Amino acid sequence: MTFSPELEKRFEKLLASYPAQRRKSALIPMLMYAQDETGYVTHELVLEVARRIGIPPVQVDEVVTYYSMLWRKPRGKYHVQVCTNISCLLVGGEELYEHACKKLGLGHKETSADGRFSLEEVECMGACSWAPAIQINYDFHHHVTPEKLDKLIDDLKRIQ
Amino acid sequence: MADLVNLTINGRAIQAAPGTLVIEAAKKAGIEIPAFCYYEGYSLQAACRMCLVEVEKMPKLQTACTLPVGEGMVVRTEADPVVKARKTTLEFLLTNHPLDCPVCDKGGECELQDMVFRYGAGESRYSEIKHHVDEKQWSPVVFYDAPRCILCYRCVRVCDEGMGVGALGIVNRGVLSEIAPSHGDHLECDECGACIDICPVGALTSGTYRYQTRPWEMKHVGTICTFCGDGCKTTLGVRNEKIVRGNNRDRSGLNGEFLCVKGRYAFDFQEHPDRITSPMMKVNGKLEEVSWARALEAVSRKFSEVKAQGGMFGVVGSTRTTNEENFFLQKFARQGLGTNNIDHHRSGDIVTLVDALAGRSDALGSVQDAYLMKASLVVGADLAQEHPLLAFQLRANHRHHNSNTYTVTSGPVREDSYSAAQVRVEAGREMEGVESLREQLSKEKELLVLFGAAVKGETLRKLVSFADSLGLEKVKFICLLDYSNSRGAVDMGLLPDLGPGFKPVSEPGMALPEMMAAAELDVLWVVGANPLSRYELKSNAFVVVQEMFLTETAMRADVLLPAASAYEKNGTLTSGTGEVQKLHAAARTMGAKPDLEIMGLIAKEMKLNLGIWSPANVFDEIRKEVRGYNIPLPILATGQPAQTSPLNGRVQAAVRPDLIQSAGNTLFTSGSLGRYSKKLTSVLEYPGALYKPQY
Amino acid sequence: MLFNEPSPLETKVLTRRFGLPNSASIETNLANGGYQSFLKAVEMTQEQIIDEVKASNLRGRGGAGFPTGMKWGFVPRQSPKPKYIVVNGDESEPGTCKDRVLIENDPHLLIEGVLIAGLAVGAKAGYIYIRGEYRYLIDIMDKAIDEAYAKGWLGRNIQGKGVDFDLYTHTGAGAYECGEESALLESLEGKRGQPRIRPPFPAVAGLYQCPTILNNVETFCAVPSILEMGGKAWADLGIPKAGGTKLTCLTGHINKGGVYELPLGFPVEKMINEVGGGIRGGRKMKAFIPGGSSCPVLKGDEAWPLTMDYDSMAKAGTMLGSGGVVIMDETTDMVKAALRIMHFYQHESCGWCIPCREGTTWLKKILTRLDRGIGTTRDIDLVGDLAKNMLGRTFCPLGDAAALPTISIVEKFRDEFETKLAKIQVAVPAMADSPLVVMR
Repeated sequence: MTFSPELEKRFEKLLASYPAQRRKSALIPMLMYAQDETGYVTHELVLEVARRIGIPPVQVDEVVTYYSMLWRKPRGKYHVQVCTNISCLLVGGEELYEHACKKLGLGHKETSADGRFSLEEVECMGACSWAPAIQINYDFHHHVTPEKLDKLIDDLKRIQ
Repeated sequence: MADLVNLTINGRAIQAAPGTLVIEAAKKAGIEIPAFCYYEGYSLQAACRMCLVEVEKMPKLQTACTLPVGEGMVVRTEADPVVKARKTTLEFLLTNHPLDCPVCDKGGECELQDMVFRYGAGESRYSEIKHHVDEKQWSPVVFYDAPRCILCYRCVRVCDEGMGVGALGIVNRGVLSEIAPSHGDHLECDECGACIDICPVGALTSGTYRYQTRPWEMKHVGTICTFCGDGCKTTLGVRNEKIVRGNNRDRSGLNGEFLCVKGRYAFDFQEHPDRITSPMMKVNGKLEEVSWARALEAVSRKFSEVKAQGGMFGVVGSTRTTNEENFFLQKFARQGLGTNNIDHHRSGDIVTLVDALAGRSDALGSVQDAYLMKASLVVGADLAQEHPLLAFQLRANHRHHNSNTYTVTSGPVREDSYSAAQVRVEAGREMEGVESLREQLSKEKELLVLFGAAVKGETLRKLVSFADSLGLEKVKFICLLDYSNSRGAVDMGLLPDLGPGFKPVSEPGMALPEMMAAAELDVLWVVGANPLSRYELKSNAFVVVQEMFLTETAMRADVLLPAASAYEKNGTLTSGTGEVQKLHAAARTMGAKPDLEIMGLIAKEMKLNLGIWSPANVFDEIRKEVRGYNIPLPILATGQPAQTSPLNGRVQAAVRPDLIQSAGNTLFTSGSLGRYSKKLTSVLEYPGALYKPQY
Repeated sequence: MLFNEPSPLETKVLTRRFGLPNSASIETNLANGGYQSFLKAVEMTQEQIIDEVKASNLRGRGGAGFPTGMKWGFVPRQSPKPKYIVVNGDESEPGTCKDRVLIENDPHLLIEGVLIAGLAVGAKAGYIYIRGEYRYLIDIMDKAIDEAYAKGWLGRNIQGKGVDFDLYTHTGAGAYECGEESALLESLEGKRGQPRIRPPFPAVAGLYQCPTILNNVETFCAVPSILEMGGKAWADLGIPKAGGTKLTCLTGHINKGGVYELPLGFPVEKMINEVGGGIRGGRKMKAFIPGGSSCPVLKGDEAWPLTMDYDSMAKAGTMLGSGGVVIMDETTDMVKAALRIMHFYQHESCGWCIPCREGTTWLKKILTRLDRGIGTTRDIDLVGDLAKNMLGRTFCPLGDAAALPTISIVEKFRDEFETKLAKIQVAVPAMADSPLVVMR
């Protein structure tokens, strides 16, 4: 598999960040950063990362299926994550999620046919004091109202 | 001992060594603390929470599997809160368990059933929908049913720690967690089935056994695996005269519960449709079925004629037949036919080893030594492929005792993953590699040397003197041999120059290649061997063959006598490391007879007096005649291995290293016999393209 | 960047550089007293550093509240193995968003705290484990680390003092369980985030089985000010037995939600009404969670007289926890709250041990029914009973974290469950006299 020069550089840095006999430590970061480029964790990516670290692929499978941010199927270019955990729930997180479902026409962990949007109801994302909160990819948005969500999504839809 | 820790378990004063886990201390005192995930010899998990016990002065219930004994500790294993905790844990466990016991292979010998019977709730409070996933087939022999799985992780550990394979992992999270195979949807591994055996429930099931029977409808016959020379005990589950399962869950025998793919699954050769079930004679160049009486009469007439004319016999014995059969065969040849032209397929230079040790029979290593000696040196052998039990023992030794293993091999071997040093040499130059380890090895206290067929004759003598020269406290040797009774064949004297117990004969006869090449050979008698697969028969000899299948040799037979397999007869076998163990007949094949009986009937027909041919009588004779075989009968009778000590002096014989050739079997092959196991040949890894570490 | 206005009632120690222009940059940090405590620590012995931390009464700010100085003291400093400093920035306890503020606004404070911990035990390397969702913080932290290397505050021979230290960030990938210290170490070693058997504790056998100091971001961030002020003075910011300040996240039905640095022992009433500007809409407080959703829930009336510290909360039957305060007003549906909390723990249960794996799942299923009014009163008892059966019997504290709030909600707000069952007539007509399961 070939990656962008930036990602290759990142891999190099990651593999050098841990003691030589402990390269497996780089596994999760490598998958996370690679996923940003490949969109999701493909079987090919599993084998490639296993090869680079020097571990059997089943050990990569174990990890990929454990962590909720590692996706095994394609997700949208804009991955909308709505928190409905307790602090957000209290101030309209659930309604916001339902609104997002309608707005995007998607359900939990679904991706739009054109591959531009995906939606996920997520657990606490650490924005509790400024709830309700959403993340689009890695960007946080606080005090989100349905109107604010509509605008965010409409703006993204306009970007080609 | 002063440094023992005193504690009280269920009101009983108990002493235990410091560091002992409460669960083990209790077990030694006869108190069972239940557990799913705890398994002696493997790493600790504390995952099943069944072993929770009450300990005074501790706020919460403690897991007995992780709690070391402490001075003055007061433990209660069946206190009310403990019993309640177990009951509720089982209640949790059963929520997503399918409770399909009526159709589950494990029903009747399931640890979950037993545990619920003992602690569980008789009624269910669970009224929600169960989580279901479909069963998966991972290989021809391994099936996985995730809903039944209780996630004790025994399989993962036995595969990784025990077998050194690491083909199993855990995927998903929380209630969706399940066990996953090495290659996404299938397994590429040893196919040893240890995961199935160790599974406390019916989550992992065996391709050969599933849906064959209820466990209580089987009889269990403890016998010895007929494949490699390691001598594993395999307990065959037999239902209506049909072998349906091989395992060794009672941990008896020298292998404990270890078995490889052959011991566990390859018993099915026994009912292969190609089994010969009737005597045959060659009529107009074609083999035709005849009666036993006619066939035996033909053999005895020919034998008597040739003997009377002073003609030439050639006798080839087997590396899979019993000691009794081998002993009787050489007796028949030497006393009955008057010939020393007797041989077998030699796969290791045990004769030179015994000679080089010159009477130090305590320097012959055993299977137990592989687990206990502080260091091991493996020369010219891929143990994991050829001798899986010994490889398992070395791994366990390293895991439990931190022993050092050194390898001198021509290619990568599994021991590399934990060995103290690995030396790669070209085949034939093993001693150079061994020499390079001199400094490291001389720092060890003890050394067990295991060597393959490449080390023979002078090389072997050099290896012995090398190891002796290290000046260690203890040095032992294991000569690796191919088949289940390769060692017994030598000990019983299936050699042209050595009789039983390495006793030299006055007039040595011809070795196997010479017999095959001798133009004047009148009779070739082959008992359970296939020499024509390696040699051309140059003469027009009358060929008598006792065999299970139409091998190359059987097809050339003038008289072909159907032989019973090892799983169909009684007797003893000697493992490559010299342990004698008993075979017990588990099944029958109509028409076939044990080789001993066939030989006895020929002798009777020839009016020879070679003694009573029952296994017990012949074994009595062996105990008297063969040095080192005067072993205590109670050990054998209770299904345990009895160690032989073959010699107390030099061997007076001209050793022929040129005749020593290992068949080089892999985990999935075993000479001619292995070809007739459908299971063995059905796995992805057959015949020898075993997965290799890919990294 | 600050997401909420600071309150005049705060005691700004850890957060004192917040709001300065470019507060995350090393220049701002250095110009405002940054790294000075490290220079002070270099001149101290390891015992002196640990003693100061002990004197400060600093307790772990991640939620468990273990005394930090004692934890550092457990590290076998003479061990020949390398020692490691690991920062727990997996912040994922629902209701908690304080570490995020610290890293975002003053990453160099964290680096300084880590360096001091390194000095205290002789560690030469450290890892900052940050949850995957906080990617932008990882970028901020990476930039800060690069700056520190460039300015000689990391790397070889730091500031000519003969001290070496390497620091790396490490991203998580979405798993609450990785906030548990041993699961975090597993994750850092590239494995599934499943907790380890303890003992041995990380101080003795942590990362790569080497002695390891593992603390929360806020704990490390407190260390520089402890050395600067002296342990005793720092302790006096709080109350006896609970030293210093704590970043407190006000969330839920409150007017001025935000993260505020308050001294330990701060009155709940003052915190809600003055710092937080009161309950939204002037309503009554029905329920109060002091430190993340793992804590037993208090009734509003129980909470008002308390103070925000370990002992006060323990006496009330709950915990100070991580500082994630959740305030629920009288409109709150407590059955839904119980369900949402259980939903979270079920989702995050790693699956390792039976009671947690199966218990959270079963409870979530029942609560889902009860939230819709489907069930019998026996189901309410069952919820409480099952939660108690999990309590104290699981491998790691996640089982307790799921059980405690559930038990407290069922006990304190049972009437809401009953009302729901009685009020909502679902299309299961025989429900009342023919329960789903016969129970004796």
